[in-house]
Amino acid sequence: MEPKIKIEHVSKIFGPRPKSVIPMIKEGVSKDEILAKTNHTVGVYDASLEVNEGETFVIMGLSGSGKSTLIRCFNLLNNPTYGAINVDGENIIEYNAKKLKTYRQEKISMVFQHFGLFSHRTVLGNVEYGLEIKNYSKEKRQRIAMENIENVGLKGYENKYPDELSGGMQQRVGLARSLANDPDILLMDEPFSALDPLIRREMQLELLDIQDRLKKTIIFITHDVNEAFKIGDRVAVMKDGKVVQVGTPEEILEAPANDYISNFIKDIDRSKILQAQNIMIQPNALVSLKDGLKVAIREMEENGVSSAFVVDRQRRLQGIVTIDDVVEGIKEKQSLEDVLIKDVTTIDKQEYVQDIIPKALEAKFPLAVINENNKLEGLILRVHVLSSLVSEQETEDNTVSES
Amino acid sequence: MNNNFPEIRWEFIGDYVEAFINWLDTTFAGLFEFIRVISFRTINGIEGFLSFLPWWVLLIIIFLLGWRFKSVFSGALYAFFIFLVGTFGLWDVLLTTIAIVLTSVFISLLIGIPLGVLMAFSKKFSFMMRPILDAMQTMPSFVYLIPAIFFFGLGNVSAVFATLIYSLPPVIRLTELAIRNVDKEVIESAESFGSSKLQMLKKVQLPQALPTIMAGVNQTTMMALAMVVIASMVGAKGLGEQVLISINRIDISLGFEAGISIVFLAIIIDRVTGGIADRFQKHRGTD
Repeated sequence: MEPKIKIEHVSKIFGPRPKSVIPMIKEGVSKDEILAKTNHTVGVYDASLEVNEGETFVIMGLSGSGKSTLIRCFNLLNNPTYGAINVDGENIIEYNAKKLKTYRQEKISMVFQHFGLFSHRTVLGNVEYGLEIKNYSKEKRQRIAMENIENVGLKGYENKYPDELSGGMQQRVGLARSLANDPDILLMDEPFSALDPLIRREMQLELLDIQDRLKKTIIFITHDVNEAFKIGDRVAVMKDGKVVQVGTPEEILEAPANDYISNFIKDIDRSKILQAQNIMIQPNALVSLKDGLKVAIREMEENGVSSAFVVDRQRRLQGIVTIDDVVEGIKEKQSLEDVLIKDVTTIDKQEYVQDIIPKALEAKFPLAVINENNKLEGLILRVHVLSSLVSEQETEDNTVSES
Repeated sequence: MNNNFPEIRWEFIGDYVEAFINWLDTTFAGLFEFIRVISFRTINGIEGFLSFLPWWVLLIIIFLLGWRFKSVFSGALYAFFIFLVGTFGLWDVLLTTIAIVLTSVFISLLIGIPLGVLMAFSKKFSFMMRPILDAMQTMPSFVYLIPAIFFFGLGNVSAVFATLIYSLPPVIRLTELAIRNVDKEVIESAESFGSSKLQMLKKVQLPQALPTIMAGVNQTTMMALAMVVIASMVGAKGLGEQVLISINRIDISLGFEAGISIVFLAIIIDRVTGGIADRFQKHRGTD
């Protein structure tokens, strides 16, 4: 599938003669060196990205990494010095003024860090702004605006002014305002950074909710790793204007491209990112229902374990048998089904580690990871749960976190 | 003693200016006549309307303005001030002064706000205008009374012209400043919705700038009032003329009465326009 947005070799340079720096960028001269030699600041350094339709794409980086400069290239609030920005196969940099206006009115809208609300307009006046400049009739734009105000839970506040609302409510207005235009693409420039942690979490969940319903293509900027990994389907990490790694949160967590990124993700709460399927191992001792107790013993012996999962022919989980029960069963001349323990803790393969921890603590046996058809996909031991919380670098360095 | 300053004579620069003014006067005679007629009609219209009102209606209007934009007490005080001016026997000249000031302010805004907007949009234009504005504000006001007489003859119109030159800069400067200072994110957000330049100006920049522009209106009004005495030297009627007469006659009592009347008027206009500016400030603060 053709990506919704594809940017190629985008650079944004600030200074008196930005174009003159492009050859140096092509040669790969570093940002600092360019600043020292030519007194030009490189905002975005040769960035190439693809964003798929309906995806929440997070661009993460510390302040000064160029992420805010980059996001402003998507609606040309910043005109890139070099490169192409293709949206639905059209390079928007080549748009004339009229086409650009239509593009901004119809296809893309933006939510700002400090909300960017019009303080002289009421909530309703803010939300209907985008429709007003498209010359919608008053009745139509107010109807659409009211729907969007309700959607973000601000019904009853439509006649208030922004300065009468809390920060969280103001950003809801910002969100409603950008959604009122029904854009394909939603740009969000650190939208929750100015909010306190409790409200931030609430807004994050609400965004996920809205995204579930509307399936917009969202480009989301943040400096907060936890936020990035929570919201993003895919995450791009930026440093010094360059895109240093792009991948799903799990990919980045498991294989950080360099020390910068591993440092970045050091403090992340891994239990909220990793799922059962990321930490499970292949079930090593498997017994089929039709097998006898002797087969079960051999399986366990060969793998050096003291229990084995029992599955049917379709690999659906039936239960577990332990070595003690099997030995006992052979003495008593029982069948496999007689010693089968059906009460096994099962875990969906998409369950997060933080939800698995309490189950792992209680369970007497390994945890069975199953898919939606009850098919056994893998197993998790208590040790896997615990080791997943420690990042690879920490295990390698053998260091202990100070906190 | 000879300081060896080279023998270059530029005395005739003044002659050039004079020739230029003469040329302006003859070439644009029609334009000046037009401006003169318009200003004259405006001043007379306002003055006629004010004197058409019974004196107590004006007191009530002043009271209501003070009440609405300040407090009941202020309203009553302002009405009392105006009443006092009436008891000095200066009612009619007071009305003339109000008419001249209102006309000057009205024309100042008409010219000043668009110029301020242009300066905010164009750095070049702003760069060009700045020394002109400085000159307008620092040139002794008597100096431009001369061309005023040239263009418009003696009387109230010249007074308005001279007042304009003095009171125009604050509204221009504050309009420019206000528009340049509109929050960057607010501008970006308007831009991100695909606003045209005109929509941006009308729906976002001007409304956001309004409180500061209103502060400019307040300044302009005060400066216009400060000019009434000086403008009386080119034949403007009103309270300024009374001051001028009292100087010529060394009449302390008339001088005081006319002077304190101007002060009263200044207080009322400042507080009322200030109150209006505060009204606009509500909901438009940047934080």
